[in-house]
Amino acid sequence: MSVAATTLGESQITNNQYQLFMDMKPPDITFTRVVIFVNAVVPLVLLAWDAFFHHLGANPVEFATRTTGVLTLICLFVSLAVTPLRQTLGANWLIKFRRMLGLFAFFYGCLHLLTYIWFDKFFHLSEIVQDTLKRPFIFVGMASWLLLVPLAITSTNAMIKRLGGKRWQRLHRVVYLIAIGGVFHYWLIVKADARIPYTFAAVLAVLLGYRLVKAMNKSAGKRPMSVMPR
Amino acid sequence: MLIKKPDDIKRSEITPEQTYLNRRNFMRAGVLAGSTLLTAALYREFAVPEEPLRQQGEKLNVQQAANDTVPPLTEARTSFADITHYNNFYEFSTDKSAVAYKARNFVTRPWTVAVEGLVQKPKTFDLDDLLKLAPVEERVYRHRCVEGWSMVIPWVGFPLARLLKEVEPLGQARYVAFQTIYAPSQMPNQSTGVLDWPYVEGLRLDEAMHPLTLLVSGLYGQTLLPQNGAPLRLVVPWKYGFKGIKSIIKITLTSEQPPTTWNLAASDEYGFYSNVNPNVDHPRWSQKRERRIGEFGVRDTLLFNGYAEQVGQLYSGMDLRANF
Repeated sequence: MSVAATTLGESQITNNQYQLFMDMKPPDITFTRVVIFVNAVVPLVLLAWDAFFHHLGANPVEFATRTTGVLTLICLFVSLAVTPLRQTLGANWLIKFRRMLGLFAFFYGCLHLLTYIWFDKFFHLSEIVQDTLKRPFIFVGMASWLLLVPLAITSTNAMIKRLGGKRWQRLHRVVYLIAIGGVFHYWLIVKADARIPYTFAAVLAVLLGYRLVKAMNKSAGKRPMSVMPR
Repeated sequence: MLIKKPDDIKRSEITPEQTYLNRRNFMRAGVLAGSTLLTAALYREFAVPEEPLRQQGEKLNVQQAANDTVPPLTEARTSFADITHYNNFYEFSTDKSAVAYKARNFVTRPWTVAVEGLVQKPKTFDLDDLLKLAPVEERVYRHRCVEGWSMVIPWVGFPLARLLKEVEPLGQARYVAFQTIYAPSQMPNQSTGVLDWPYVEGLRLDEAMHPLTLLVSGLYGQTLLPQNGAPLRLVVPWKYGFKGIKSIIKITLTSEQPPTTWNLAASDEYGFYSNVNPNVDHPRWSQKRERRIGEFGVRDTLLFNGYAEQVGQLYSGMDLRANF
């Protein structure tokens, strides 16, 4: 466990620049969960609103597909930001929101897939299979979604207990692969001008890079730099 | 014994519990409402297409198509709003719904079009003179984008052949090359490396001379708006939309097959011919079906976009899979 984590709620690291944050009492978890839940639902409500009033532009299906796809990546990235933020800020209570963020990523991922299966392929199963095998961007997208399924299923407390913390954690590291797959999927569909997928890739590089550096420091027997007291 | 409490805080000064709870609820409502509004504003900023601009072109003196080269089309026309607000015009934006707004101030006068190369009489036309070469007519064509969507558009223009005959192509001329204006001060993406600029396209001479191939100056009876390729564009209805080069300033007749922009960007995805063909997949997506803008479902894509009877003979004996 990191230094920051063991000092949560105490005032041992007096010179730490994160003093203020660490001294901050954890917020009301239930209320914060409500805030996060409502905010995560806002884009869906607006999307449905715009769809109802025919305000999705000339190609509503393309718009809904792209929007749900981007929302999947955003929720996934926010859930991946929890650990780095928690450790660097010493705000351990952030972990309490991670499951919900991950499940929202899965939820938007399902909507994204459903938009394709329903409004693009109209449930032509053979065509969907053919498309998946033939087109790299659909294959990568499908694979990433499929990998999300076991993570969603094992997200409950009972499942964590059943699997055991270590095994559960090992399984849920698959999310790194999923995030890479998601960004790759986005990049593959862009004809030219890949500025947005590149932006996602850069953010992901930071999120995964942080973990890589930590893992390397750990294996080298050093204390993680990011939480070293000055 | 009586224990007296220090009464430095008067009873009246203690916040009643009810007030404290009200205040907390009030702040919570504020946090919830504020964050919701912020998220909604962010979503609006990034996700929602621009409002239609309600632009209009100038009215054109259109004659109905009087010749039997144009097959009649009974399919419903796509709305003017959709035709003018769903555009692939990468010089302005790679976001189809943003092109109309970004192109709204594009200057189309004065405008000249140079017609040169292997011709008897090379000439630089003032646009208004060029448009007087022949009476404009309305041609309702299917428009199929390589991305899998389509429209039905009432173009206004005259056959490209009319202009080419004016400059008298030489015997060695076998291809026609087209070039879009290069004006980075007006076309923001020309300052980026999104594609190689200026945009160039090309046709075989017999394709260019085909009566269906149109030089277009308007649609729906009005002059073209910038987002649709003002003031002058090409329309080749049996080819994917990107062959219809926009805002043309130069036409060159050549003996060699000219380079084309999308082919330069990805040669395995976009060939020189780029004829609409449901049997030849694009490497990244199927071309079997298309989504007609304004319709909910998808429909089957037709060989040569439904113009096989008119243009099929141009490609007789050719392997359309190899020459995609």
